[in-house]
Amino acid sequence: MEYFVQQLINGVTLGSIYGLIAIGYTMVFGIIGMVNFAHGDVFMVSTFIALIFLMVLTQVLGLGSLAIALFIVLVLAMLLTSLWAWVIERLAYRPLRGSFRLAPLISAIGMSIFLSNLVQVTQGPRYKPAPSILSDVITLGDGTGYGVTISHKQLLIVAVTAVLLAGFWYLVQKTAIGRAQRACEQDRRMAALLGVDVDRTIALTFVLGAALAAVAGLMFMIYYGVVHFNDGFVPGVKAFTAAVLGGIGSLPGAVLGGLLIGLIETFWSAYFSIDYKDVATFSILAITLIFLPSGLLGKPEVEKV
Amino acid sequence: MAAAAAARPPVQRSLAAAIRDAAGTALLALGLAVPILALRIDQNINNEPVLRPRWDYVAIAVGLAFAARLAYLLIWPRLPSRAPARMQSASPSDARAHFARAFAAGGLILLVLYPLLALALSGRAGAIKWIDNFGIQILIYVMLGWGLNIVVGLAGLLDLGYVAFYAVGAYSTALLVHNFGFGFWICLPLAGIFAALWGILLGFPVLRLRGDYLAIVTLAFGEIIRLVLINWVPVTNGYAGISGIPRPTFFGLPFNASEQGFAAFFGLEFTPLHRTIFLFYVILALALLTNWVTLRLRCLPVGRAWEALREDEIACRSLGINTTNTKLTAFAIGAGFGGFAGSFFAARQGFISPESFTFMESAMVVAIVVLGGMGSQLGVAIAAVAMIGGTEILRELDWLKHVFGADFEPTQYRMLLFGLAMVVLMIWRPRGLIATRQPSIFLRERRAVRAGLVKEGHG
Repeated sequence: MEYFVQQLINGVTLGSIYGLIAIGYTMVFGIIGMVNFAHGDVFMVSTFIALIFLMVLTQVLGLGSLAIALFIVLVLAMLLTSLWAWVIERLAYRPLRGSFRLAPLISAIGMSIFLSNLVQVTQGPRYKPAPSILSDVITLGDGTGYGVTISHKQLLIVAVTAVLLAGFWYLVQKTAIGRAQRACEQDRRMAALLGVDVDRTIALTFVLGAALAAVAGLMFMIYYGVVHFNDGFVPGVKAFTAAVLGGIGSLPGAVLGGLLIGLIETFWSAYFSIDYKDVATFSILAITLIFLPSGLLGKPEVEKV
Repeated sequence: MAAAAAARPPVQRSLAAAIRDAAGTALLALGLAVPILALRIDQNINNEPVLRPRWDYVAIAVGLAFAARLAYLLIWPRLPSRAPARMQSASPSDARAHFARAFAAGGLILLVLYPLLALALSGRAGAIKWIDNFGIQILIYVMLGWGLNIVVGLAGLLDLGYVAFYAVGAYSTALLVHNFGFGFWICLPLAGIFAALWGILLGFPVLRLRGDYLAIVTLAFGEIIRLVLINWVPVTNGYAGISGIPRPTFFGLPFNASEQGFAAFFGLEFTPLHRTIFLFYVILALALLTNWVTLRLRCLPVGRAWEALREDEIACRSLGINTTNTKLTAFAIGAGFGGFAGSFFAARQGFISPESFTFMESAMVVAIVVLGGMGSQLGVAIAAVAMIGGTEILRELDWLKHVFGADFEPTQYRMLLFGLAMVVLMIWRPRGLIATRQPSIFLRERRAVRAGLVKEGHG
């Protein structure tokens, strides 16, 4: 029982990270119908940005308070990762809007290769260890034998995710920016006729997705304590799976899908085989797309002739 | 054409405005470069992570961004517009088709003579490198590109997991050799058949999906196969891979120094060059076979159904074409050629491991097909030469070490430039290098289908 609860906690933590990345996929797909293949690598870039700023603040500037340092790192990582996403959208995707269907996807694959290799060239191919922070644990249970532990970083990850998702939900549902974004999602041409700046809204979608990916990047860096230039692809595909499972285009679906993928991956590793955990995720991706293409919370796609 | 003209920036009246704009770009570049480029995470002698600043790199990057933007604003709008010339070529002529045919024939003759040319120009020691690294390597990708062209270019199904079939071909060859003692020439057709069967097996459930979804599912299948190859250690030996795969023989004559070898039989002096040249011709023949089969298939009803499917799936279904079967044949035949290429790859290397079958390989083959112009055989070949040859040639650029210092390693930048080239080529020519498609059947007069004539979203 304790083992089960422990895995549940680990799964929710991992699922929060996937959910944050998945939102970026699902929003971009919702608005321009494109799989932003480079999103996983934008996430990877954000892990590096977060680690570098954390080191600058704690080692170079000698900032004593970890809480303030983490907050500054979070803000800087969100800003700079958004900048990357904005530039990528501007240079690699915008010129291809209205081109044939596969063109943006190919461009995104190229961008994904470019980003991971750029980080490899500039930062080197090794795994970069992050300073171990927030490693204290809270032990639940009666104290006899095998207790359930929650580490401080797990609490932080789940709490930050929840707060940011609430803020993000408010942004999309209650503000003018969010209204424009949802309008473009429903009908881009009509939104343009009604005075919505479609190009800017699409750019904003990329920026928001990247900002949430940067949050996930900081959490990932803290949770695993290591960053690597190749760590964009697999988390990216898993987050995409989460977006598909939840129903692509649906924001609550992305979060739900992320949690489910996190839980499935954790339980699969715990009870079946850790070697095949990625196979499990990829199989879910295939099975969902074949049998439930609109996902759990998505709207069924209507084919217009 | 109008869009291309509109994409040009307006002619800047004042230099000051252009400089202000470029300064903004430079600031942007600074923002991008600061964390990733400026501070490198290194380890000191105590194995503790430390930051090593490299502000000189940032200065170079920012300066480059400034100069590039300034040049874009000041020089680009003043260049004479190429739009009218393009309009002219919009009406396809027979001269164009003749040129393409002559180019293909010339290229073929050059390919057949290539090993001899390499031998004549760079001597025995240099020739192995040129034939093996350039000739064989590029031809493998040409063959993979042509194989995938059936799936992506003709049937319009984006397959991001093509490397799975390449892997099936390579591993079936290796396993058949080790478990049954078959030679390469028996393994080759079997590998193709196995890969085609896998194509049917994987294709069957997924081919109802459209567009991007199909792409992602095939990617997932490609990764699943690779992960199984890594983790199913008793059969595949995991990461360590399988070695000791015998090389192809020349009608039973092995290429070695023994009495029964190829060299001894023909009374030649033994040199490893014989095998390299032989392998070159084997892959050339396989690639040409792929091309020939594709061209013939295009004239059969199934090939026409593929192209119709690519242009408009709904119209196809309305006309009574069984889309599932049509897609499945394309998938299986494409997979079969991938299997042949994989089998050849295994025999050429003598060693295979899951490392050779990553998603990156799939992405490269897809890039070759799309950049070449989907459906154009010649375009795919040109793209393969440009992309693979271009990245291989980086290995030869030792003189750059004199420019950038001794620790400069050009090969490090191989995939970086590859990714960049994919993006730039896609923006420059979204329809690929050769965007003109000759329909295989005509109504009265010959007309090429051009990018402009195909509606958005149906190509």
